[in-house]
Amino acid sequence: MNTSVAEEETRASGPGFDSAPVPHVSKWGRESWSRRAPLLPALVLLILVTQLPFVATLVMSFMSWSAQPDAPPKSFAGVDNYKQVFTTSSYRKAVFTSVEMTVTIVVVSAALGLIIALLLNHKFPGRGVVRTMMIAPFLIVPIAAAVFWGNGVLQTGFGLVDGLLGNLGVDNAQNISFITDHPKLSIELELIWQWTPFMMLILLAGLQSRDPEVMEAATIDGAGGWQTFRYITMPHVRRYLELSIVLGTIFIVQNFDSILGMTGGLNSTNIPYAVYEVFYSAKDYGVASALGVVVVIGSIIVATFGLRVVSSLLSEEEAR
Amino acid sequence: MSSAELTTNVAEASTPRRMQDIPSPSPQSGRRWSTAAIGISAWVIGFVFIVPILYMLLTSLHPPAKAQTYPPSWTAPLTLDNYRALFDSSNSISPSLINSAICSIVSTLLVLALAIPAAYALSIRRVPKWSDAMFFFLSTRMLPPVAGILPIYLFTNKVIHLPDNIFVLIVLYTSMNLPIAVWMMRSFLAEVPTAIIEAAQIDGASTFTILTRIVGPIAIPGVAATSLICFIFAWNEQLFAKVLTSVVAQTGPVYVGTLIQTEHAYLAQLSAGAVLISVPVLVAGFAAQDKLVQGLSLGAVK
Repeated sequence: MNTSVAEEETRASGPGFDSAPVPHVSKWGRESWSRRAPLLPALVLLILVTQLPFVATLVMSFMSWSAQPDAPPKSFAGVDNYKQVFTTSSYRKAVFTSVEMTVTIVVVSAALGLIIALLLNHKFPGRGVVRTMMIAPFLIVPIAAAVFWGNGVLQTGFGLVDGLLGNLGVDNAQNISFITDHPKLSIELELIWQWTPFMMLILLAGLQSRDPEVMEAATIDGAGGWQTFRYITMPHVRRYLELSIVLGTIFIVQNFDSILGMTGGLNSTNIPYAVYEVFYSAKDYGVASALGVVVVIGSIIVATFGLRVVSSLLSEEEAR
Repeated sequence: MSSAELTTNVAEASTPRRMQDIPSPSPQSGRRWSTAAIGISAWVIGFVFIVPILYMLLTSLHPPAKAQTYPPSWTAPLTLDNYRALFDSSNSISPSLINSAICSIVSTLLVLALAIPAAYALSIRRVPKWSDAMFFFLSTRMLPPVAGILPIYLFTNKVIHLPDNIFVLIVLYTSMNLPIAVWMMRSFLAEVPTAIIEAAQIDGASTFTILTRIVGPIAIPGVAATSLICFIFAWNEQLFAKVLTSVVAQTGPVYVGTLIQTEHAYLAQLSAGAVLISVPVLVAGFAAQDKLVQGLSLGAVK
């Protein structure tokens, strides 16, 4: 144990300000504290603001606690709130909606992002302009994008899509209501529009980090476009694809703005929006907390996979 | 550091790197056609993605009655009245924009003050088990904000009695962006060549000199990119702002939501509000363009 700590210390001191071997300082010695000190303020803040509230949520999820004026006083409720979460159909639906929307949006925007990145990796007139046009949707404030898609693009009658369909001669185009008839699809379209640029940026960076010599060799050896793509580009881009999917999932699963701005939860409530509604409108703090804990468990599953992908990138750096 | 220096560094950072193209062998007859096909498809897709933004801009410049017609009044006269109305009305957008600016800028400064030392301890002068610390930071960002929002709401309203206060938002945005900033800054600091630092030490340079003369200049484009990305995330935030503020501390994104009023023609003004609050993000995003990928991928993609 002691030796491994000592090794750790020496290795960690590696190249840097203290390349001289660390003298025999104990683990809690001055030296290691001066190393750790710059890290502490950030760690303390994060524990206070992110970990502590979650512990409180965990405690509250086992309590019967409603803030409605006529509600009984708060008390211990055991697993009642969790039972309610898993037996109430609207909450179960929220879980499915979360999964369905996240998967759809991530998969479609990653696929579209890859196609566009492959196109932008070629030289053609105005490539820089197209790249700028592609990035712009990601730089619209999410709630602004959501309210405009809900009220200006997909709105029944005076929305852009109905208007264009009408201009093209589609009968009764002014009566097509995307938001009320297909609320989930509407949100998915809006978020695919916002997140494809993100995927595209990461994948394009991946494509451009391919070794040009390898590509040249493949061309000289007579590899066709498909062969080059299948055996050289894809294996190289795979890591970037994984990374963009993981990061995209982390952000998209937390989506709240689009639902608030586009449908107000109509047949499209995901878990974050359900927590918001139960807590903000219904004021049932116990159930809202239990839902919050369920989101965290889901996120941990996603995160475990995500951390593995990121850690493979980090260990590569450590090995260098 | 003067602001002029910062500008040059940002400019340097945003200079596009040379793109590596697929080497083209001897010109083939099909190549010109395939280039044309690629170019045309890319332009078409790019156009589809930009159309909603152009339409938002167009709608924001149309008189309210002309902004919501079927079919759209493409050629209605243009006017800036909707923007003027946003500032003139009794319910002006300015206080919320000021709140958003204060929250985003102050939280970004706090993030830098906390993230730079942390990143230093994770890259240049590494603590033992540095990668565990990195993953702890990342895992806090993966925790959905809704999981903690209720205790945070109760704490600010019932314990410290600061409802509707931007100070609370500043603290929350700082912790929200901190993990991202630590990861980003670490990847930028890791680019500082340790050999130069060692050489400077041998020459007797003090830690202060090393920080200001060697680490600083290499890290500053990274600091700029990190700040811009943290600014964007803080500016965009909606959930905490909606739950924790009402009137005094209302931010831009929350204000735009209040522009949806179905009893009269509202779309033109809503579009103007949406364009207005997006301008700072577009400016910051394009300023950080070249480092945007490295930042968004938490430094994993160079």
